[in-house]
Amino acid sequence: MEKKLSTPQYEDSVIRGFALMTVVWGIVGMLVGVFIAAELLWPELNFDIPWITYSRLRPLHTNAVIFAFGGSALFATSYWCVQRTCRAGLFLPWLAKFTFWGWQAVIVSAAITLPLGITQGKEYAELEWPIDVLIAIVWVSYAIVFFGTIAKRTVSHIYVANWFFGAYILAVALLHIVNSAAIPINLFHSYSAYAGATDAMVQWWYGHNAVGFFLTAGFLGMMYYFVPKQAGRPIYSYRLSIVHFWALIAVYMWAGPHHLHYTSLPDWVQSLGMVFSLILLAPSWGGMINGVMTLSGAWHKLREDPILKFLIVSLSFYGMSTFEGPMMSIRTVNALSHYTDWTIGHVHSGALGWVAMISIGSIYALIPKLWGRKEMHSIPAINLHFWLSTIGTVLYIVAMWSAGVMQGLMWRATEADGTLTYSFVESLKATYPFYAVRLAGGLVFFSGMLVMAWNVWRTIAPPQAQAVRITGAEARA
Amino acid sequence: MSTFWSIWIIVITAGMMVGCLWLLFANARGVPGEVKDHTWDDDLHEYNNPLPRWWLNLFILTIIFAAGYLAFYPGLGNLGGRLGWTQSGELANKLDALTAKRRAAFAALADKDFPALAKDPSAQSLGHAVFLGNCAGCHGADAHGAIGFPNLTDKDWLYGGDPETLVKTIVEGRHGQMPAFGAVLQPDALQALVEFVPFWSDATLDAGRRERGMKQFAITCAACHGADGKGNPLLGAPNLTDNTWLYGGTSKKVRETIVNGRGGQMPAHATLLTPEEIRIVAAYVYGLSNAPASLVTP
Repeated sequence: MEKKLSTPQYEDSVIRGFALMTVVWGIVGMLVGVFIAAELLWPELNFDIPWITYSRLRPLHTNAVIFAFGGSALFATSYWCVQRTCRAGLFLPWLAKFTFWGWQAVIVSAAITLPLGITQGKEYAELEWPIDVLIAIVWVSYAIVFFGTIAKRTVSHIYVANWFFGAYILAVALLHIVNSAAIPINLFHSYSAYAGATDAMVQWWYGHNAVGFFLTAGFLGMMYYFVPKQAGRPIYSYRLSIVHFWALIAVYMWAGPHHLHYTSLPDWVQSLGMVFSLILLAPSWGGMINGVMTLSGAWHKLREDPILKFLIVSLSFYGMSTFEGPMMSIRTVNALSHYTDWTIGHVHSGALGWVAMISIGSIYALIPKLWGRKEMHSIPAINLHFWLSTIGTVLYIVAMWSAGVMQGLMWRATEADGTLTYSFVESLKATYPFYAVRLAGGLVFFSGMLVMAWNVWRTIAPPQAQAVRITGAEARA
Repeated sequence: MSTFWSIWIIVITAGMMVGCLWLLFANARGVPGEVKDHTWDDDLHEYNNPLPRWWLNLFILTIIFAAGYLAFYPGLGNLGGRLGWTQSGELANKLDALTAKRRAAFAALADKDFPALAKDPSAQSLGHAVFLGNCAGCHGADAHGAIGFPNLTDKDWLYGGDPETLVKTIVEGRHGQMPAFGAVLQPDALQALVEFVPFWSDATLDAGRRERGMKQFAITCAACHGADGKGNPLLGAPNLTDNTWLYGGTSKKVRETIVNGRGGQMPAHATLLTPEEIRIVAAYVYGLSNAPASLVTP
């Protein structure tokens, strides 16, 4: 009993760093996204400068939002959650600090090398081998800090959020090291250790589990801590969390081949990828149900708490995109959707709706605690950010769905004599209006991040600095 | 794949599905509202509600669907599935269906002559598709040509615009050759040609220039372009007395042509297109050239 009441020394400085960098990298990554969306609409925007062409900035955008923005949010929330729910300070705080600086170094290296065209050419694993080595070192350090903290916990049970954080840390280490295996020929170039269809299979085993473990399991860990905290309600079902956790991590590993339908990958591998993607529907929805049902009995809190709105709406987008994903993995649906902007729409309903919104909600919940404030500087600003995020996401995904279905139908349309009805360029021309709507959606979402930056700054700026500003303003008034 | 790996795949696939079902049934039942006796971080608690029934059913349904799908489609190692489906087979089937449609469309037009084909909308649409896929790269989507690539919508033909010649041009290709005269012409002889040839059809041309030009033309050019300058379709030598210029009709361009020569290459399509396609696209071009001006699509 006494043990329970004593509070250990928590290591929060590294969390403050990651929380701030979440906002910074969110702004940078989304700004690049908005810019390349504009390039699709106005190709002249690359000004014939190779470093800012779409082809080089697109991987910079994906790396920045997934690994810099999403990654920083995951580091911050997992370090916070594992200390509080284990009642133990971080294991090896200096190593935790190393993960912060190491991860920032990875991001900065990415921001330099990708525009220079230094790439391995594997989607979401573009970074060249020296950066891959640094990632592996940082990630293993992360695992040591995280599991070391679990090991020195002073409560007997391991909280559900930590299962998900743990699975995400272990799986990402495995995925990254296996997929990045390569033979370097110099500092800036290497060749994959795998060849042909095997290389493609390893890449999409990695690629889909980057979605499954980095973008899903990690953020479910975030969800399992911040939803019950913010709602002040118990988790809906411990039993459901067990079932969907084990099913999710076991089944995700099989789903990669659905990225390679109708390719040189053998038919049987494609089929297995498809059926296990369908089986994945229920385990994914298990997380959504457990999060949303946790709120039952406290629905009224949605009215006054925009942070809770972020968390719950992110779960709705999670449910929506984890329904869409299995449907898109069905061979016949995939024949229509593959290579179209539908895929981009699907990714962003997950990336903006789920990953970004749950991160934003969690960071809003975390910032005041990290800096010892009662709450965020402006609650109405959080509410404004919530609406900008929601409207931006909806504009974006509706535009890309419409564009994708249209493209799929145009590409497959044939005349009575068996010739193609449309040339590729005609489908591109027809996509332009949707590109404009997508750019608008992206801009709206991005503007919300600027509101967040202002709000975070006003919350954490030293009180005396604010007092001076207020007096100054009053003096002028 | 070897029998060992085939069995391995079947076993782990089935094991995965059975494992999921076991996980479900082992945990399905519970007491609604039961609270677990754990507390984390001061205020985090857990209910232990039973699994939602509809969710449980959804999970089981997807596993049943998966098992059914793998019975009918390839997936379980070397077992090909009851339907015998393969993606290469699906491609072959779809291609066969398209090819059959295409054959039928061509067969329906086989006994029509060029003037009839030129008026037939189905032949025009087929021909247009073949044209876009094979000819538009040089002659332009509107068939108006470009520098070095003849306009096909007018009546000015290098080799002839009758049906037989059009087909021959497409099947065998053409190699137009204008020799380079830079090394053999004296400067004043070259000057005489350049001052005359571009202005052949200009009635106001100075009589002296015309006479000097005609004299030199008879020596240097008439062998191919004819004494009257009207060209020779057997050689593909252009008519020089009109206002159509394949490589440009300014003095500067004509000088370039005489000094450096020109080489025009129309590739042979005998092996690129079927005889039916060649006939239909030739009729399409015939139609472009012979349509009343108002009917030529821009």
